[in-house]
Amino acid sequence: MSQLLLDVNELTMRFGGLLAVNEVNLKVKNRQIVSIIGPNGAGKTTVFNCLSGFYIPTDGSVLFNGQQLAGLKDFQISRKGLVRTFQHVRLFKRMTVIENMLVAQHRHLNTNLFSGMFKTPAYRRLEKEAMDRAIYWLEEVNLLEHANREAGYLAYGQQRKLEIARCMSTQPELLLLDEPAAGLNPKETKELDELIIRLRDEHEISVLLIEHDMSLVMGISDHIYVIAQGTPLADGMPDEIKSNPEVIKAYLGES
Amino acid sequence: MRRSLYNAIFAAGITFVLTCLMLGVQLGAEGTTLTVTGADATRWTWIGIGIAAVFFVQLFSDKVDAFFGRIPKPNLAALKPEETKWRRIKPWALAALVVVMLVWPFMASRGAVDLATLTLIYIMLGLGLNIVVGLAGLLDLGYVAFYAVGAYTYALLSEYFGFSFWACLPIAALLAATFGFILGFPVLRLRGDYLAIVTLGFGEIIRILLNNWTDLTGGPNGISGIEKPTLFGLEFSRRASEGSQTFHEFFGIDYDSSQKVVFLYLIAVVLVCIVVYLINRLMRMPIGRAWEALREDEIACRSLGLNRTVIKLSAFTLGASTAGFAGCFFAARQGFISPESFIFIESAIILAIVVLGGMGSQVGVICAAIVMTILPELAREFSEYRMLMFGLLMVLMMRWRPQGLVPMKRPHLELKQQ
Repeated sequence: MSQLLLDVNELTMRFGGLLAVNEVNLKVKNRQIVSIIGPNGAGKTTVFNCLSGFYIPTDGSVLFNGQQLAGLKDFQISRKGLVRTFQHVRLFKRMTVIENMLVAQHRHLNTNLFSGMFKTPAYRRLEKEAMDRAIYWLEEVNLLEHANREAGYLAYGQQRKLEIARCMSTQPELLLLDEPAAGLNPKETKELDELIIRLRDEHEISVLLIEHDMSLVMGISDHIYVIAQGTPLADGMPDEIKSNPEVIKAYLGES
Repeated sequence: MRRSLYNAIFAAGITFVLTCLMLGVQLGAEGTTLTVTGADATRWTWIGIGIAAVFFVQLFSDKVDAFFGRIPKPNLAALKPEETKWRRIKPWALAALVVVMLVWPFMASRGAVDLATLTLIYIMLGLGLNIVVGLAGLLDLGYVAFYAVGAYTYALLSEYFGFSFWACLPIAALLAATFGFILGFPVLRLRGDYLAIVTLGFGEIIRILLNNWTDLTGGPNGISGIEKPTLFGLEFSRRASEGSQTFHEFFGIDYDSSQKVVFLYLIAVVLVCIVVYLINRLMRMPIGRAWEALREDEIACRSLGLNRTVIKLSAFTLGASTAGFAGCFFAARQGFISPESFIFIESAIILAIVVLGGMGSQVGVICAAIVMTILPELAREFSEYRMLMFGLLMVLMMRWRPQGLVPMKRPHLELKQQ
């Protein structure tokens, strides 16, 4: 039994009279790929926004490595090792690929103004480490040859990969991916599939995934949560979910 | 064809309305009443020719564009040596430039040196605003307020407490930075238009405050007789004030009023060199990258653990302190300041320098500052058409080089591959 990394209990988010997320429970263990699925508008992205601090949840607790996250600011949460991507690619488009990677490591760098002005040895060392880490992750996603191109000029699939690489360079423990396969062709989806598995097996991090591509979800997930209209509907192993009549009903409508 | 005919008629119509109102009709005073008089025949002919010109240029706009397209453009990129070669000669080129800047004032005329000093002040202001607008992407229309804070800091401290210029330089920068910090806090959540309006208001508040706080600032009369900077205690005046010595007495040379002008210019060169170096370092440091990242995508920044409060405030504060620096020097150079020097049009000119130069680009901002200060001086003969030429320059720039004179080049980072 591996250790519990993320423990979400009765997470609730209300916008005025609208109950967007209703008492959702999530558990992610170390080195696990967990997926959240559900029809459009089910509140999956709202759950992500609550976890990453973009929304302050109305109720419920979020424990990450045993620490309470609810109430922390977004940047504080990501510094604890919980980093997310977005449904629409959010790169720094007019900066180069390598600069994108370096910005992400801001908190690991020496941001003291004076040491930067005079390039002290400590500053240089951290700068070099950041550069090495950036190069390592660019190599992992096959983008090293594009390192000095502006991120906005990359092909869409490459932008997606860069976004994941950028998150990984912050050295997270849990990666939240919001529809990473949206807009990718089958070949790129397969590469993404392999990349996510590699993140778990080689880099030993956990991934929480929102995805509509069912073959991807069923193929790689260790555990699946189903949400419909903000309310948890079911959870279990991929095979259990596939044959769950409730889930089929939520997706296909009542016959 | 039909489309360009429609365009041509529309443009000619607008020209007709504008020229009729501005040139064709004149207001005159007759006793206490206003009279309207039409222009004479020659002026109407010229208006007609103008309208016809606009009509035909618009009608054949495709062909005109094609004609201009055929004129070979100078390939500026080819002028620059190759990257590796450039890297080797760059320090020498910079050193040569600095030497030229230091030697030049001893050969140039007094007026030219004075103008160069003014240009250097605008370079400082442009570089400072470039941090806020060009890098961090925060549209600041009240930048002149920090300039005013710097100038009044020196003027007041010198008048009431007898502080010297050199002591006031860091104080002015610090105080302007404090004001930048104070302004930064309430506008943290604002972006784009809203931010522009608030900063515009802030600029006006400072100016109106200076105008009305008569007891302290002298109101519209300003402060005069501000002390000039000294060189290690040596004054640049004909006669030394009590207890000090003048420069020409110390070195046993004749008094020449241009010594002071050259000295001020040299101070400005040194200050600009310091500012250029510091900002150049900042741009390559993590904080510089974070400013740009914040301009590109604030939400992504937050998700990656960047504290946007700190980053925005640092941009505001450092930009403001540069303006404070420039303001302090401005007060010392002029010897007289009043709120008139810190009106909105100054902010607009500094912003124009940043935009024309190419947002974020230091070389571009320096070039633009030179163009924007020297051009109005050259066009002094056309005095009443100066602003018109200014506008024309802007339109032409935006038409042919919307990215600015020298667009920002992304730093090319060497990847050391095994």
